[in-house]
Amino acid sequence: MFRLLCLLASLLLIPAASQAQESFEATAAPLAGSFTAQAEAVERLGALGDPRALPLLQALAEGRLQKQADGTLLIAQNGAVREALSGAPAAGPGEVVRINNRVRAALRGALGRLQLMSPEEAVRAAAAEGLFRSRSAENIPLLEQALARETVPAVGRRMEMALAAARLMSGDVATRRAGIATLGASSSAEARGLLLEARAAGAETADGIDAAIAAIDGRLKLRQMAETAFQGLSLGSILLLAALGLAVTFGVMGVINMAHGEMVMLGAYTTVMVQEALRGIPWLAAWSLPLSVPAAFLVTAAVGVALERGLIRHLYGRPLETLLMTFGVGMILQQAVRLIFGAQNREVVSPAWMQGTLTLPGDVTVTQNRLWIILFALVVLGLTVAAIRFTRFGLEMRAVVQNRRIAATMGIRTGRVDAMTFAFGSGIAGMAGVAVSQIDNVSPNLGTGYIIDSFMVVVFGGVGSLAGTMIGAFTLGLVNKMLEPWAGAVLAKIAVLVGIMLFIQRRPKGLFALRGRAAEQ
Amino acid sequence: MSATTAHPPVRTALRPGLVLRGLLLGGLAILALLPVLNQLPQDSALHVSDFVVAVSGKWICYAILALAIDLAWGYAGILSLGHGAFFALGGYAMGMHLMRLIGPRGVYGHPVLPDFMVFLGWTELPWYWWGFQHFPFALLMALAVPGLLAGLVGWLAFRSRITGVYLSIITQAMTYALMLAFFRNDMGFGGNNGFTDFKELLGMPLNTSGARAALFYAALLALGAALLLCRHIARSKLGRVLVAVRDAESRLRFLGYDTTAVKLSVFVLSAMIAGLAGALYVPLVGIINPGEFSPGNSIEAVVWVAVGGRGTLVGALLGAFSVNALKTWLTSFAPDLWLFVLGGLFVAVTLLLPRGLAGLFRREEGR
Repeated sequence: MFRLLCLLASLLLIPAASQAQESFEATAAPLAGSFTAQAEAVERLGALGDPRALPLLQALAEGRLQKQADGTLLIAQNGAVREALSGAPAAGPGEVVRINNRVRAALRGALGRLQLMSPEEAVRAAAAEGLFRSRSAENIPLLEQALARETVPAVGRRMEMALAAARLMSGDVATRRAGIATLGASSSAEARGLLLEARAAGAETADGIDAAIAAIDGRLKLRQMAETAFQGLSLGSILLLAALGLAVTFGVMGVINMAHGEMVMLGAYTTVMVQEALRGIPWLAAWSLPLSVPAAFLVTAAVGVALERGLIRHLYGRPLETLLMTFGVGMILQQAVRLIFGAQNREVVSPAWMQGTLTLPGDVTVTQNRLWIILFALVVLGLTVAAIRFTRFGLEMRAVVQNRRIAATMGIRTGRVDAMTFAFGSGIAGMAGVAVSQIDNVSPNLGTGYIIDSFMVVVFGGVGSLAGTMIGAFTLGLVNKMLEPWAGAVLAKIAVLVGIMLFIQRRPKGLFALRGRAAEQ
Repeated sequence: MSATTAHPPVRTALRPGLVLRGLLLGGLAILALLPVLNQLPQDSALHVSDFVVAVSGKWICYAILALAIDLAWGYAGILSLGHGAFFALGGYAMGMHLMRLIGPRGVYGHPVLPDFMVFLGWTELPWYWWGFQHFPFALLMALAVPGLLAGLVGWLAFRSRITGVYLSIITQAMTYALMLAFFRNDMGFGGNNGFTDFKELLGMPLNTSGARAALFYAALLALGAALLLCRHIARSKLGRVLVAVRDAESRLRFLGYDTTAVKLSVFVLSAMIAGLAGALYVPLVGIINPGEFSPGNSIEAVVWVAVGGRGTLVGALLGAFSVNALKTWLTSFAPDLWLFVLGGLFVAVTLLLPRGLAGLFRREEGR
C-alpha cells in the first residue's frame, strides 16, 4: 500500500518535475549512492519523464550500470563501456552498481511508467503487452493514467486489455467485474486463458466469467470460420490460376497438356530471373514482380508456340498419345531447369507492399500476399474472358473450335489460331507461376503438384466453361480447407479426390455442362 | 474423334513375326540360364555377377507389369496411369507377409508387431494385418486388393462412360492419393520408410543365392504364365471384343454388347496381374515404400509398353527390358541424361514410332 501511495505521489509530481529538465543529471547522480538514495532517485527519474532515463534505468535493472570512484555512472553495452550521461567512451570499467529488492520494486514501476509514457508508439505498445502478461493489481492506477493520455487507438486497446487483466487481480469485486467485462468484449485467446485462471481462483464472479468466456468463444469461432474461408479462397485462387490455362488448352482446344505444370514452373523461374536481372537497378528492383507478369506470359507463350507447332499439332485427334508426349516434354523441361538452375529451391523476395498482414474487423488477420494473389487471379480470369469474348482472336478461336472446316473456308488460318490459343493457355500458366512463386518454393518439380489438381478443377467445373472453372476452383479450395481441421491436410486432399470421382458419377460433364453445338466436341 | 487411326490394325496384332518370336524365346532362355551362370566360378568367362541376376529379376517383374498394361491399353484401349498403384499394393501385401515373418528378430524384438509399430507405441496389431502371417492369404490379398480397387474405380468410371484421357487422369489421381495416404505413419504401413529388412520367405532365408535363384525362377514362371494367359485372352473371342471396344465402343454397344462389363473384367484382371508382379518384386528387391505409388512410376511403365509396341504382348516385354536396360546403363554413368532420354522416348515413340519396336519387325514382315 505504501508503494502505491508512493506511485500516486510521484505521478502527481510529473508536471512539476517536467519543468525542471535541467535537473536530470542531478536526479540521476544518487544512483551511485546508498540503496535508499537509489530508490528515491529511481522514483524521481520515473516521474521526470525524461527519455534519457530509460536506458539508464534499464542498465541498472540488468546489472549493466557501473560507477567509477568519483561517482561517474557508466553503462556497459555489447562489451563497450560508455559514460551514462554524456555518452562518451569511458576510460575503463568501473564497479557494478548493486541494488536491493526495494530498488528493484521501484525500478519496475519507474520503467513501466517511462515505457508507457514513451513518445514512441512501439515502446508504449510493448510496455502494455508486458503489463498484460505480468498482470498485477498494482498497475491499475498507472495504466489508468497512461490510458487517459493515449492518443493512438491501437495502443489504447492494448492498454485497455492490460488494465482489464490488472483489474482481474484486484481484491475489489466491482473492479474485477469491470475487468471481466472488458476481457469478455475482446476476441483474444489470451484473454480467455486469463478468465479461465480467474474462474479457478475465485467463485464470487464465476457467472460473469462464464458469460465472458462464452462470448469470447463465439467470437473466436466466427473469426476462425472467417480465416478458414480466407484460406479456402486463397487456395482456390491458386487453383484457379493454375487451371485457367488448362481450361483454355484442354477445355477449349481439347489438347491434353501434361506439361502444363511445367509451364507454371517456367513462369516461376522467369520471376526469379527478372528479379535477378533487375537487382542492379535500384529504382526498378522494387517493381520486379509486376514486371515479371508480362515477362512470364511471353516466355511461356513462346514455349507454348514451339510445343504446339513443333510437336502437338502432329498428334491432333490422338489424345492419349498427346498425353504421353506432353508428359515427356514436361520431364525434359524439368530436367533442363534442374541442370541450369540447380535442384535447390530459389527464393523470390516479396515486395514491401505485399508483405505483412492485414487485420480486418473482428481481429481477422489475412496475409497481404495471399490477398493480392486472390485479386490477381480474378483479374487474370477477367482478362481471359474478355480476350475470348471481345477480341478478334477470341472470335476466331471460338469459330475454329465450333467448326474447323467452315472456319477455314471463311479465311481463318486455323493452324495459326491453334498456335495462338495454345500460346495463350500456356501464357496464363506462366502468369500463374508468378503468383505461385510468392507462396511456394520455386524448384524444378514445382509443377507436378499442380497438374492433377488443375485437371480436377477443369473436370469438376465442366470442360470448356470458364465460369465453371472459377466456381470449381473456389469450391475445391474452400472444401479442402474446411476439411483440413478435421481430417488433416492429406486426408482432406484424398477426400476431395474421391468426392470428385463420385460427383462425376452424377454429372459426368461437370458442374457447368456445355449445351448445344459446342457440347458435341 | 476417330480412334481408329491411333491403333495398329487388328489383323497382325496376334501374329508376332518370326524375328520377334525368336527374340522372345531366345531372351527367355538366356534369362533362365542367368542364375545357373551365376553359380560358375568367378574367373569363368561365362560367370554372371549377382548384380546382373538381381537386376534382371527386377526387370522380369517390370515385364509382368508391362504385360498387364498392354492387356488393358493395347487391347481394350484403357490407358491407366495408375497401374503402379496396383503393382505397389501387391507389393505391400507381400511386404506385410514378410514383415510378419520377421517375428521376434526385429530390432525391438517384439514377437508379433513389426518394428515401426513398436516405434509408434502401438500395442496391438491392426485388424487389416490379421492373417498375413499365412503365405497363401498374403498371395491372395496381393491379387484381391488390386483387383477390388480396380473393380471399384473401373465400375465407377466405366458406368459413367468415363473414357480416354479422363480415365487416365482419374487413375493418376488414384495412385497420387494412395501415395499421399501411404506416406502417413498412422496408416500402419510404415510411413515413408515402408517395409524392409526382411528375413525369410517360405522357410528359406532371403540372403542366400539359392533363395535369390528361387525367387528369380518364380518371377520368370509367373511371366511365362501371364504371357500365356494374356495370349489366350487376346486370341479368344473376348480378345476380339476387347479390340472392338478399343476401336468403336459405341458401335459395339449398339450391337448389344455390354461393353462396361467387358472393360471392367479386363481392367480387374490387368490390375491383378500387376499386383502379382508387385508381390514377386518385393522379396526380390527387399524393400517397398510409398515411392512406388508415385504417378511417375506408372507413366514410366506405360512408356515401356509404348516403346515396345502396344497390342502385341511381346512388345510389352521387349519394351520393359530394353527401356530398363537403357535406364540401368545410362544412370550408371550419366544420371543427368536419363530424364532427357526418357522424356525424349515419350516424344519420339508417340511421334515417330506409334507402333513401337515390335512395329518395326511387323512392317518388314508385311511387305
